[in-house]
Amino acid sequence: MINISEVLETNRMILEENLDVRTITMGISLLDCADASLKRTCDNIYAKLVRLAKNLVKTGDEIGREFGVPIVNKRISITPAAIVGSACCRKPADFVKIAKTLDRAAKRLGVNFIGGYSAVVSKGMTPADEMLIRSIPEAMATTERLCSSVNVGSTKTGIDMDAVRLMGEIIKETAERTKKNDSLGCAKLVVLCNAPDDNPFMAGAFHGVTEGDAVINVGVSGPGVVNYVLKNTCRGADFETLCETIKKTAFKITRVGQLVAQEASKRLGVPFGIIDLSLAPTPAVGDSVADILKEIGLEHPGAPGTTAALALLNDQVKKGGVMASSYVGGLSGAFIPVSEDQGMIDAVNAGALTIEKLEAMTCVCSVGLDMIAVPGSTSAATISGIIADEAAIGMVNQKTTAVRIIPVAGKRVGQTVEFGGLLGHAPIMKVSPFSCERMIARRGRIPAPIHSFKN
Amino acid sequence: MKKAIITVVGKDTVGILAKTCTYLAAARINILDISQTVVQDYFNMMMIVDVSKCRKPFEDVASDLGELGLKMGLKIRCQKSEIFEKMHRV
Repeated sequence: MINISEVLETNRMILEENLDVRTITMGISLLDCADASLKRTCDNIYAKLVRLAKNLVKTGDEIGREFGVPIVNKRISITPAAIVGSACCRKPADFVKIAKTLDRAAKRLGVNFIGGYSAVVSKGMTPADEMLIRSIPEAMATTERLCSSVNVGSTKTGIDMDAVRLMGEIIKETAERTKKNDSLGCAKLVVLCNAPDDNPFMAGAFHGVTEGDAVINVGVSGPGVVNYVLKNTCRGADFETLCETIKKTAFKITRVGQLVAQEASKRLGVPFGIIDLSLAPTPAVGDSVADILKEIGLEHPGAPGTTAALALLNDQVKKGGVMASSYVGGLSGAFIPVSEDQGMIDAVNAGALTIEKLEAMTCVCSVGLDMIAVPGSTSAATISGIIADEAAIGMVNQKTTAVRIIPVAGKRVGQTVEFGGLLGHAPIMKVSPFSCERMIARRGRIPAPIHSFKN
Repeated sequence: MKKAIITVVGKDTVGILAKTCTYLAAARINILDISQTVVQDYFNMMMIVDVSKCRKPFEDVASDLGELGLKMGLKIRCQKSEIFEKMHRV
C-alpha cells in the first residue's frame, strides 16, 4: 500500500520541483501519402495527420488531469519530408507547399510543433534531399510550428561534407529570412549526426523509415527534481551516494513517463514506441541542468570538472531510467541547451562557459551544441566548421550529436536575444575568429571511422 | 477496483474531513484508508479511495474536489493511484 510520505513526495516533485512529462510525440509515417501530384501529396498528408492525431491533444490533457502531472507539449513527428516529397517536388518551392500543409495541420490539431521537415543525407544527397534543404529558409520563414532537421553523418557512413557546407549557408540564410524575430527560424532547425529514428524532442524529431505506421514516444523531464534531492540529501556525500541518488531519482521520473506513454498508447490506439530518458531543462528557475552541475560542486558550468560531472549525471540518468521503462530510445541523456537553461545563461554571462567547453561537454552527454546564439556576422564556413566538429564527435563516439546554432542577424557579442517561451533567451556568444574556409570548401565526404583500435 | 489518491494540504481547520467525506459519499466514492499528519500547523491528509462506483467522470471529481479545497483555503488533489504505485514500487 502506498504511504503518505510517498504520495507527498510525488506531489512535491510535481508542484514544487517542476516534474513534468515534457512531450507526448506521435510519430506518423507519411510514406503512403506520396504521390506524383504535389496537390494530392499535400491532401493525403493533411488527411492522414488529422485522422491519426485528432485526439492527441485532448487525450494528453485528459491523462495529465487524471494523474495530476503536467503534460507540457503534444507534438507530431513525420517521415522525413524529403522522402515523402521526392516523387512530386521539382523545385524547392514545391517543398515549401508541403511545409505549409504540415503547419496548417499542426495548427488544426493544436500541437505546438511538428517535426520531420527533414533530410537524412549521411552519405549523400538525392536531388529531392538537396531541394528540401534549399527550401528550409523559405519554409521556416513562412511557417510557425514546423521544425526542420538534417542528418549529415553517421558512424557507419562518415560525414557528408557537401551537406555540412550547404547547411552552413542554409543556417545563415534562415537567420536572415527570420531576422524580424531575432532569427527564430534557426531555433527550429537542427543539424544532426547519428540521428535516432524515434526521437520525441524537437527540433530534431522525425519518424524514421524503420518505424511502424504510427507510434507514441514520450519525453520526460525533471532536472529540478534531481537538483532538489541532491541539495537535500547529498551535500558533501561521496560519489557512490551521489550516483545512487541520481539513479533512483531518474527511475522515479521515468516511471511517470512510462505510465503516461502506456496510457496514451492505449487511449489513442497507437503502439507505444519509446521513452526518451532526457533531463530537459526549461528557462524556469529550478528547472535547470546547470543547477545540478553546480550542486555536484561546480561554481558554474564551464569550470574544470564540468565534463566529468556531466558524464556522471548523464550515465546515472540512463542507468536509473533504463530500469524504469520497457523501451528506451530517442536521445536519452542530459540536454545542455544554453538559451533554455537559466543556469547555462548565467554561466555564459559570468564568462565561465564558452562554445569550446560546450563542445567538450557534448562528448559525454545527450545531443550537442544546442540553442547557442552567435554574432550575425559569423560566416557560413565557420558555422559549417562547428557542425563538422560536432558531427565528428558523434561519428567517432557512436553517439547522436547535433548543432542548433543561431547566428542572430544584426547582433554582436554582449547583446542578448529573446526567443520566448520554452526557447528562452540567450547571450550572444563569442566564436573563434580563425578561418576554416579552405577545409569547408573541399568537396566530398569524410570516410566512416575505423571500429577498432579505440584510443 | 479503481483506486485514486486524494491529498489535502493546507492550514488545519475544523471540518476539513467532514466536508471532503460528504462530497465523496454523495459521489459514491468509497474510502479505503485515511492517514494524516500535521506539520507546523499544516494539515497533510491522504485518502485512498475506490472510484469504481462513482458515476461522475474522474476529471469532474478531481476538479470538484479542487474547488471544494479552494473554498476552505486548502489544496485538494485527486489523482489516479497508478502514478504513485509506478513511481514508488518496482
